[in-house]
Amino acid sequence: MKTILKTEHLNKVYRLGSFTRKVSINALNDVNLTITSDEPVIVSLVGESGSGKTTLAKTILRLVEPTSGKAMVYDRVVAGKGQKQGKTEFLRTVQPIFQNPFEAFSRYRTIDSYLYETATRVARLGKDAAIQAMEEALASVGLEYQDVRGKYPNQFSGGELQRASIARALIPRPSLIVADEPVSMIDASRRMIIINLFLLLKQKYKTSFLYITHDLATAYYISDYIAVMHHGSIVEFGQAKQVLSSPQHEYTQLLLDSIPTLTHKWVQQPHSAGGLTPEEASNTRR
Amino acid sequence: MIRLNNVVGTYTTQRGTVNAVEDVSLEIPRGITLGIAGESGCGKSTLMKVLYGDLGFPLALSSGSVDYGFRDEHGQAVTSQNIQKEWFKRISYIPQSSMSSLNPVVRIRDQFVDFPSTSKNKAQVLELVRSYVQKLGLPPESIDAYAHQLSGGMRQRIMVAMATFFRPEIILADEPTTALDVVVQKGILLLLMEVQQEMKNTIVLVSHDMGVHYQITHKMLIMYAAKAVEYADTDAVFGQPLHPYTLMLTNSLPTIGDDRARQGLPGHPPSLWNPPQGCRFAPRCPLATDRCRVHEPPLVEHQPGHFSACHYAENVPELKASLDQAPKLSDIVENAPMFSDIVGSALKVDEVAQ
Repeated sequence: MKTILKTEHLNKVYRLGSFTRKVSINALNDVNLTITSDEPVIVSLVGESGSGKTTLAKTILRLVEPTSGKAMVYDRVVAGKGQKQGKTEFLRTVQPIFQNPFEAFSRYRTIDSYLYETATRVARLGKDAAIQAMEEALASVGLEYQDVRGKYPNQFSGGELQRASIARALIPRPSLIVADEPVSMIDASRRMIIINLFLLLKQKYKTSFLYITHDLATAYYISDYIAVMHHGSIVEFGQAKQVLSSPQHEYTQLLLDSIPTLTHKWVQQPHSAGGLTPEEASNTRR
Repeated sequence: MIRLNNVVGTYTTQRGTVNAVEDVSLEIPRGITLGIAGESGCGKSTLMKVLYGDLGFPLALSSGSVDYGFRDEHGQAVTSQNIQKEWFKRISYIPQSSMSSLNPVVRIRDQFVDFPSTSKNKAQVLELVRSYVQKLGLPPESIDAYAHQLSGGMRQRIMVAMATFFRPEIILADEPTTALDVVVQKGILLLLMEVQQEMKNTIVLVSHDMGVHYQITHKMLIMYAAKAVEYADTDAVFGQPLHPYTLMLTNSLPTIGDDRARQGLPGHPPSLWNPPQGCRFAPRCPLATDRCRVHEPPLVEHQPGHFSACHYAENVPELKASLDQAPKLSDIVENAPMFSDIVGSALKVDEVAQ
């Protein structure tokens, strides 16, 4: 069994405020997560906003330095003590996909220049090999190099641009792709196209995904494992179908109860919302 | 009863005019929650603006009318021309982003009572506000805070409190919970339901989340490319939809405990600058024939209270049955080539529609 991702006592404290009014936020609170598998896996990280899921992703992507502890991808330390890899070597193993592709790419550069740069600098390919790799990566996400070449981000739709950013992440053939809310900017009716693409790429390129989301339904759909975060800690971890069909932790249960499903309607507690009486309202109206 | 008669909402731009809402006729019974759903750009927010009477450049009501079914203090029927005078009193609006709707440099309580500061009964009104926000699940002192000092959920509750304080007959909510967590979202939606049960007002709710619609709406309007394509009771919309677009929209997202493979909705909605002849959904529709590409189907009542704009509405239940039979995800993922066909076809159709 290979260790795909492992964190050991990972902590991150954000310090805010001035000299007199110090505030510290434990964005990551002793996070221990171990994912071992021989096959590539999709791991979902779910939780409410402010639960620390993006901080964990950024730590694994080396965008945030942890306060203590370390994170490892395939037994190589990527963050924290003992981290030796150079940046390009690191980016060959781990690649990011961000939430909003319009913010991830500069408006003043063409999309193919990003892909080309990834191919030449990170994957260290020659000119011809780079273009071949770009063509292949774009084809695997359903785009054509001819259609992408020379285009700026504003010439794409959100879904297409997100697919281009997935293609860019695929070029160095990373073993782990960290996708931070990759579909929340895409219209609900077309999200599944991207989600299914992740499943296909997992098979085709043997790439593992860390899928960060607040949407438990898509997490249920694609993930093999799921980790539920709450206040900087992982409160529940396990096989996705199992965790979401019989949640153990009360926070997971609360999350599941709150999803507006199409199967059963919420029970409304008989409770008066009150407000002004009709007479009071008409008197108070000017 | 709110009655919309052939409403056309037009935006004027440098390129010319474009109809973001086209020929929508609708009767909304009093005291229900109406949900409006559709993809981004289908005109649901524009319809909401027209309903609110927020008609200023570049948006205009270029033809049709809205009849609100109530009279103003002079006994005149309220229409789009004079609804602005009834804002907050009889019609109110809950926006999506509470942070950009509240003034960041004024305390909540001063935004609540926009009175001249000499007014004698300000303290009295503030007491009413305090007790009211308490009933809506907020600490009474929260109205002394500035907007940024409250959490997103609390701010949205403040917006609900502001919108409902005068017991308006109509409440328009445009994606009121999109920026919130599911846990907070449930609280806000249950609050809206409670308010409605208490005050018996008509709520019009725009959301892209079909789950939200299923939970709290009584009737639903499905919009596609500026047109109304289906209008019926919520249970009928989800149970026996009569428009293929509705069916594909409700089927496009996975649900927990359901292992069927989902495909999403391939392709793009048409450009409103140059809408196709005939049915606007035809290029993406599995039931489309040549008739659809030439003749536009009108919104007609197929069953009592169930309107649909589709020539082949009677074939939709069959399509639904075939989608219900979709293979399980685990079965087709193991059979990799078949799965890549599905993903590939969705991607390719996306390209063609460009």
